Amino acid sequence: MTLLRLYRWAVVGAAIALLEVLCLKRVIDPITMQAPHLIVRDLYRLLASGRMNGAIVKTLANTVLSLVLAVGVGLIVAALLHRRRTLRDTLDPLFATYYAVPVFAFYPFFIVVFGLGDLPQILIAFMLSVVAVIVNTLNGLDRIPPVLLKTARIMGLGAAETALRVTLPAAGPHIVTGVKLAVAYAFIGIIGSEFILSRGGIGYEISFAYNNFENAVMYPLIVLILIASVVLNSLVNGWERTMLERRGRR
Amino acid sequence: MSAVEAGAGPVPVSLRRVGKTFAGTSGRPVLQALGPIDLELRRGEFFAVVGPSGCGKSTLLEVIAGLTAASEGSVEFEGAPIRGNVPDGVGVVFQEDASLPWLTVRENVAFGLRRSGLSRAARETRVGDALRIAGLTDFAAAYPAQLSGGMRQRVCIARTLVTQPRLILLDEPFGALDQQTRLLMGEEVLRVWRETGATVLLITHALDEAAMLADRIGVMSARPGRLKEIVETGWPRQRDSGIIERPEFGAITARLWHHLRQESVKALGRAAPGTAEEETAVMGAR
Repeated sequence: MTLLRLYRWAVVGAAIALLEVLCLKRVIDPITMQAPHLIVRDLYRLLASGRMNGAIVKTLANTVLSLVLAVGVGLIVAALLHRRRTLRDTLDPLFATYYAVPVFAFYPFFIVVFGLGDLPQILIAFMLSVVAVIVNTLNGLDRIPPVLLKTARIMGLGAAETALRVTLPAAGPHIVTGVKLAVAYAFIGIIGSEFILSRGGIGYEISFAYNNFENAVMYPLIVLILIASVVLNSLVNGWERTMLERRGRR
Repeated sequence: MSAVEAGAGPVPVSLRRVGKTFAGTSGRPVLQALGPIDLELRRGEFFAVVGPSGCGKSTLLEVIAGLTAASEGSVEFEGAPIRGNVPDGVGVVFQEDASLPWLTVRENVAFGLRRSGLSRAARETRVGDALRIAGLTDFAAAYPAQLSGGMRQRVCIARTLVTQPRLILLDEPFGALDQQTRLLMGEEVLRVWRETGATVLLITHALDEAAMLADRIGVMSARPGRLKEIVETGWPRQRDSGIIERPEFGAITARLWHHLRQESVKALGRAAPGTAEEETAVMGAR
């Protein structure tokens, strides 16, 4: 296990080292990309200067807000759909094809309706991530052994307590899978829409730097997004791992 | 508790003309699953119900547990009617593993006391006692996934015991276990039954299990399940799996099979609307 992890880091390290060599040997010229060690240096400078603080806070806050909304709404919608068979059967095929729809196509429309603020971006990120939560939660609810619900009834648990103490934890591993996807989708939604059209945020700053050939800003910001996404993801992964270990699955 | 108490106090369970029908869905006819059944359990006795598969044994248990309302007739627990509500003082152990995999063994057992209103100290004492009776003291901190199937079933038994039920319903609790484990688990259930003085109703398809454990055995007919016969075993209260060596044991199993054979043939013969298991078995034979 730890050996595998070592290999994994070695692969990532080798890729970075290769990039470093290619950049230093001028195979990749500096106008296209800076060497990785320079990117790290620029990232440090950028963060120390504080000029990106506003953008970072905006992007992270909007991502987390979209994520919280998507998870909250997704859980509630899934719980309701699970009890309404007809409604569920009606919507199931729509969920299945949902991700074939490029949600970003609605972005200009949202800007027209809601203006060029945070709301259209949050809406896009929410729409991208909520269905992943719904679909996975439904999947988890379907797989709860009926005997656990019978047990809850035998113990005289009410509807709310059954949901909180039995249903939710029983569906836990599936819900986490949904949350993991939602984390990725929320990031894509926020940063993508900042890219396309906005007045701030990391996505906007990257696009701005790109248009002005500011490699010393663009690459560090890309690395920053990578780091933020990996950190958020590994938090959820850690939660998932404890859950699965307890249940004897890996 | 001892056999002296048997027969004292209100009848723990009383069923009068109890039947259960399931409404036909999408053009299917109404299904008569159970009954009518008349049955009175004696206080502190160990009663087993055997019957062919699909005869409504588990439905009978669910009706008594208050998980399903009877379609006709009356069900009473200690004199109070049950109609689809789970009464206090009843514990159920199911065939399927009902341990909560996200809780430790101790937390699982304590889960049974969530709504007890007991003080923390009282709860801990009870949990400790239940763990000891079920032989799980050393595994209190383990998660169910770390235990064998038989031990997980003991977790469920302990979680039921912790509520100090006066009636324990066992729905084929050893169905998923191997034969040796079943015998040993049977002994443990007998010990728990003696120690707690509870009335036990065991649903099983295994004739030898019923013959070894019970004071009385009700034999059910093929669907719609009725009580065809009640066989008294006459075992002493103090008993273990050793009784399977006694000649009476063979006689009792033979008698059960005598009553059950015809019903089992019937149950197999008209497998059409039966359980999924039966249907695949019949399909395979064709």
